Amino acid sequence: MKIRTTVVDAETSTQKEIDRRRAAWMAAAQAGDRAAYETLLRDCIPFIARVARGQGIRPDLIDDVVQETLLTVHHARQTYDPNRSFTAWLRTIAQRRAIDGLRRTGRMRTHEIHAPLAYENHSDPSGGPEETTFHIDQTEVLNSAVGKLSGRQREAVEHLAFQSQSLAQAATITGRSIGSLRVDWHRALKTLQAHVHGKH
Amino acid sequence: MESTEIMIRSDLNDRLVQALGADLRPVRRLAPPSLRVLTWLTTLGAVALALAMVSDLAAMMHRLMAAPDMWLAAMGSLLTTVFAALAAFELSLPDRKVAWALLPLPALLLWIGASGMGCLRTWSIADADPMPLDQPAHCLIYILGMSLPLSLILILMLRRGFSLRPNLTAIIGGLACASAAATLLNLIHPYDAAATDLAVHAFAIIIVIIANTIFGRRVLMSSTR
Repeated sequence: MKIRTTVVDAETSTQKEIDRRRAAWMAAAQAGDRAAYETLLRDCIPFIARVARGQGIRPDLIDDVVQETLLTVHHARQTYDPNRSFTAWLRTIAQRRAIDGLRRTGRMRTHEIHAPLAYENHSDPSGGPEETTFHIDQTEVLNSAVGKLSGRQREAVEHLAFQSQSLAQAATITGRSIGSLRVDWHRALKTLQAHVHGKH
Repeated sequence: MESTEIMIRSDLNDRLVQALGADLRPVRRLAPPSLRVLTWLTTLGAVALALAMVSDLAAMMHRLMAAPDMWLAAMGSLLTTVFAALAAFELSLPDRKVAWALLPLPALLLWIGASGMGCLRTWSIADADPMPLDQPAHCLIYILGMSLPLSLILILMLRRGFSLRPNLTAIIGGLACASAAATLLNLIHPYDAAATDLAVHAFAIIIVIIANTIFGRRVLMSSTR
C-alpha cells in the first residue's frame, strides 16, 4: 500500500515537472522564442494523440486532430496564462478538437453509406473484358495500318490524329505547308479505311 | 507499407511545427477576465454617468423604492449585466468550462421574476406617470440604440480571446449588452411596470441577443481561423 502511494506521488511529481517545463516553454513562445515554441509543439504531439485516442478518434484520423490542435494552440497562444496549468489548457483544446473531428466524421456518415453489394455491382465505365480485348485488337490493327503508310502520311496522322493538333499547329511544327498536310491526311485516311475494312 | 504511412504523417506534423515556428510573433498576453470585465463595466459606468447628469435621479430612486419588484428587477438586470459579461469573458478563453454560461442564470431569473411580479401588482406607484401610447416604441429604440455601441465594444474585446464555443459566447455577450441597456433605461424611464411595456422590453432584449448571436458569432469565428 505504501509502495503504491509512493509510486503515485512520484508520477504526480513527474507530471507537475512536465507541466512546469511546458508552461515555461509557452511563456518563452509568447515572447517570441521560436526554438522553445517548436520544442513545446513537438513535445505536445504524443499528448494530443493520447487525448484524441481517449475521445474515441479513429487511428487514421488522430493526426488530423493533432494538426487542428497545434493550429489552435498557435492562434490561441495569447490566451494562455502561465500561472495556470499548461497541460490542462492543452487538454481542453485537444478534447474540443477531437469532438469536432467526431462530429465531422458523423456528418460524413450521414452522407455516405456502407453498401458493399452496390459497390461490387457497379458497372465499370471502361467496359468488360470482352470490350477491352476488342479495343486492344482494334488498336493493333490500326497500329499495323499506320505502320504501312508513307512517311509523310504517317507524320500527318501522328500530328493531326494522335496529338490532336490543328492543321496550323502541325504545319508550324513539321515545317510543311497546310495544303501538303491536308492532302497527306486525306490520303492516309483512305489508305487506313481500305486497310481496316480489308482486315474485317 | 504501414511504417511508410506513419513516416509521412510524422513528416507532416514536423513540417507543420516548423511552419508554425516560422510564423511565431511575440504576443501580448491577455489580461485576466476579471480585469477585462472591469474595463467594459467602466465604459458602461461612463455612459450611466452621462445619462445620470440629464435624468432625475431622486425621482428614479423614489419610484424604484416604492415597490419591491421595481428595485428587485433593477437589481436583477444589473447583476445579469455583470455576471453575463464575466461569463462571456471567461468563455472567450479556450480552457474555461461551459458551466460559466450558467453564471448569469440566477440574476436573470430574479430579473424576469421581479418584472413579472410588477405586472401582477394590483396598485400603481404614486408619482409614476401613466405610460403614453408611443412610449413602448421609444423604449425599443432606446434599448436597441444603447445596446449597439456596448455590443461592438464587447465583441471587439471578446475577439482578442479565442473562444472554442463562439455561439455560446456571443449569446452570453448579447445578454450582457441587452441587460445593460435595460438597466440604463431605468435612468430615463419614469413609468410603472406595465405588461405592454415589459413585453416591448423583452422583445428588444431578444432582438439584441439574436443580433449579437448572429453578428458576434461570425466575428468570434473569424478570429479563431
